[in-house]
Amino acid sequence: MFHRIVKPPFLNKLQWIHLGIGVLTISLLVLASVNILFTDDDWRFIIFLFATSITGFAYHQYREQSEGVKNNGVWFGSLTSRGLLAWATALGLTAFYCLLYWWPEYLGLNASGNTGLIALFDPLSMLLKKQAASQWFVYGVFYTLCILCFGYKFLLKYKHNKYQKLRTISVMFFQLFFAFLIPEWMLRMNLPYNDLKNMWPLNYYFFDAWNIESFKSSGGMGWFFLVFGLLMIFVISPSLTYFFGKRWYCSWVCGCGGLAETAGDPFRHLSDKSLKAWKLERFLIYSILLFSIVMTAGVLYTYKTGQAELFGISTAEMRKSYGFFIGAAFSGVIGVGFYPLLGSRVWCRFGCPMAAILGIQQRLFSRFRITTNGGQCISCGNCSTYCEMGIDVRAYAQKGQNIVRASCVGCGICAAVCPRGVLKLENGSIDIFDRTPEKS
Amino acid sequence: MYKTLIIGNGIAGVSCARWLRKNTDDEIQMVSQESEYFFSRTALMYVYMGHMRWQDLEPYERSFWAKNKIDLLQGKVLSIDYELKIAYLENEKTLAFDRLVLALGSKSNKFGWPGEDLEGVSGFYSKQDLEYIEQKSNNIKRAVIVGGGLIGIELAEMFHSRKIPVTILVRESEYWSSVLPPEEAAMISKHIRKNEIDLRLNCQLQSILGDQGQVNAIVTDQQEHIPCEFVGITAGVRPNIDLVKGSQLSTDKGILVDEYLQTNIPNVYAIGDCAQLTNVSKGRKAIEAIWYSGRQMGETLAANLSGNTKSYNPGIWFNSAKFFDIEYQVYGYVPSKIVAPFDSIYWEDPAGEKSIRLVYDLSNHQISGFNLMGVRFRHEVCEKWISQNSSIQEVLAKIRMAFFDPEFYPDYSSGILDAYFQKTGKKIIPKSSGKLNAVLNFLKS
Repeated sequence: MFHRIVKPPFLNKLQWIHLGIGVLTISLLVLASVNILFTDDDWRFIIFLFATSITGFAYHQYREQSEGVKNNGVWFGSLTSRGLLAWATALGLTAFYCLLYWWPEYLGLNASGNTGLIALFDPLSMLLKKQAASQWFVYGVFYTLCILCFGYKFLLKYKHNKYQKLRTISVMFFQLFFAFLIPEWMLRMNLPYNDLKNMWPLNYYFFDAWNIESFKSSGGMGWFFLVFGLLMIFVISPSLTYFFGKRWYCSWVCGCGGLAETAGDPFRHLSDKSLKAWKLERFLIYSILLFSIVMTAGVLYTYKTGQAELFGISTAEMRKSYGFFIGAAFSGVIGVGFYPLLGSRVWCRFGCPMAAILGIQQRLFSRFRITTNGGQCISCGNCSTYCEMGIDVRAYAQKGQNIVRASCVGCGICAAVCPRGVLKLENGSIDIFDRTPEKS
Repeated sequence: MYKTLIIGNGIAGVSCARWLRKNTDDEIQMVSQESEYFFSRTALMYVYMGHMRWQDLEPYERSFWAKNKIDLLQGKVLSIDYELKIAYLENEKTLAFDRLVLALGSKSNKFGWPGEDLEGVSGFYSKQDLEYIEQKSNNIKRAVIVGGGLIGIELAEMFHSRKIPVTILVRESEYWSSVLPPEEAAMISKHIRKNEIDLRLNCQLQSILGDQGQVNAIVTDQQEHIPCEFVGITAGVRPNIDLVKGSQLSTDKGILVDEYLQTNIPNVYAIGDCAQLTNVSKGRKAIEAIWYSGRQMGETLAANLSGNTKSYNPGIWFNSAKFFDIEYQVYGYVPSKIVAPFDSIYWEDPAGEKSIRLVYDLSNHQISGFNLMGVRFRHEVCEKWISQNSSIQEVLAKIRMAFFDPEFYPDYSSGILDAYFQKTGKKIIPKSSGKLNAVLNFLKS
């Protein structure tokens, strides 16, 4: 006898149709990679299908849903509870990242004329910057599409919450213009490629000789990029973190954060909340920060002195292994490929040296904290479960203690999912060194 | 060094154990029939709806208990010998103690309805209830919920999340109108119906019908016959004191305790839902089956057991709940019928899912309570205004300090100030921006 599925998530007919379009799109992309099916102008069709499947699915999911948080069935669905679909998705994403970083020729990259998937986006690339596409261009297109389309989904899910809507519009804006369109347009103008919001050490090639030389040789605009980059690191970013906490960057501006908050949102609850994970987090993130500082110092030393080695270690080798292990393997393959298994903020939490620096600033001197509302906490655990950074928010809330954690990116979801109105993200200057009194 | 035995590992028992551990080196043994590890009872619904897993309901990592030398045991206590100081468990196990803490919790009320013991009829209170509901609600065509309180609406939301049609029978003329003022109660009734729940007001259960021991319908007092495969009984809870009834321990509805949470037997104490206070502080009840009362009692008793004598003082009343998408908070005195010398100012959002009510004393204009639907207020600010007898005018002028909604949410102060103007003809000039610095300064002053 046929039994109807009795647990959420329930998909309606129109959602199934858009899911079908999504499967079709991915199949077409795979076919394109192996040079089947496509002519030059099909990129429009592919982008249209890609965007339609995601936005259509989201529209029909939330169209009739009343305003409010509804995580029904999150731990029942195979994709969102480390089921078969999650493993399949993680495998697919990981494979894609491996090709992208290490074997782009299988995606069709070819100096004497692209083929396959990359050739499919040559026309768009010509249109934007008058150059053939690279694997990074294709990646940028899909990355931006994901933030825009899944951002739309997020906007529908949190239609009742203005904080969530504003910061999502913000990450969509910064991705589309600062990370994608403006740098491409600069290349067209023969200026160096530069994503203004992407500062060192997240942008680990900022102090590379070729990057500095390219800025210096590009006239006034190049010098502006160089000075602005330095100002971002030493003045603008610490000031903004003082006023608002690291959230101004991590969940309002950053591209990695942007993808995590939009495409990664269905996986946020998968972050590990154990004490063990917190210990690993502190060890890894500060080790990587140290690595990035030493690597950068070495690269600058070589740039200044012409000496290839610092304390007997080749700076070029150091730079190369940082790029391989941290820049590619950690931030890309593990950071995004493992979304469906480890949660959406694995890179931000365990790896990102930028997050580490902003976190130290947030912990030591910032007006930001999450306040808890007197005795109203019922220890339900929604806040901890949906914290993408794996913070055990409940442990603080049930004690009536404010939350000031280096890792908190200020996404505000804990406050949104709290059924008792216990949490609020706030900024105040008068108690910066005494923000976390324990009340009971 | 004493050996303290705590029966029950809910929020009251666990709070007592944690604070006792902080303050002393006593041996602490906890025993619970329901579960080995402490979990948040208030969040049971979220497991059924798939928001959380069972382990997400446990507020402490499992290693916490051994690390803090709190011994846990899952088992049923059958009887207690107060003279010999021994608790007898199933399987002939015994536990000796110097001091005994009874934190037995509640159980669902049943009123002797015909058919209430059929398969498919259950309250919703314990881990076992959740497991039973999970098993009995699979693939059913309709569930009927009897009683219009906070657990009833949770159960309705749970079934709704699985697309099971729900009927709720409520004795009152609006949902929870025994507690909420009329406008708020009507708002909730409307919201429940918006969520496709078949809400029957002024309607009582007459009997539950079954077939081969399994429920298949209910009959209302209006002789309506409603087919259903599950009946949720959510007509309140009462202290779970079967273990101690008829012993030399003094009981009434609950276990009688003084303000030090001491029973009539030396070295025996009762806390949480099962305790009935003989000396009740103003604005509070003798039995309060409330999460934070359990927490406060546990903490107070732990202080007393560590030689730091402290009487139980729950402070100014507050509570909160959620009715589908509408959050509810209350601070201070807000009766369902507001009569002289009290009066109130009420603002409701045009969309009808948010409201603010300020209750005050007409004779001296002092604020007495806040009732919020769909709007979050700051507990400490409201509490301070109430405890220092602030005037309604002062509260209104600084009302922004009370808002606790997330950043960028609308500011409702003009709405509530308008409502005051409509009522009294007096205009009030806002005096505070509501910024955190202002709030911190006010709380410190």
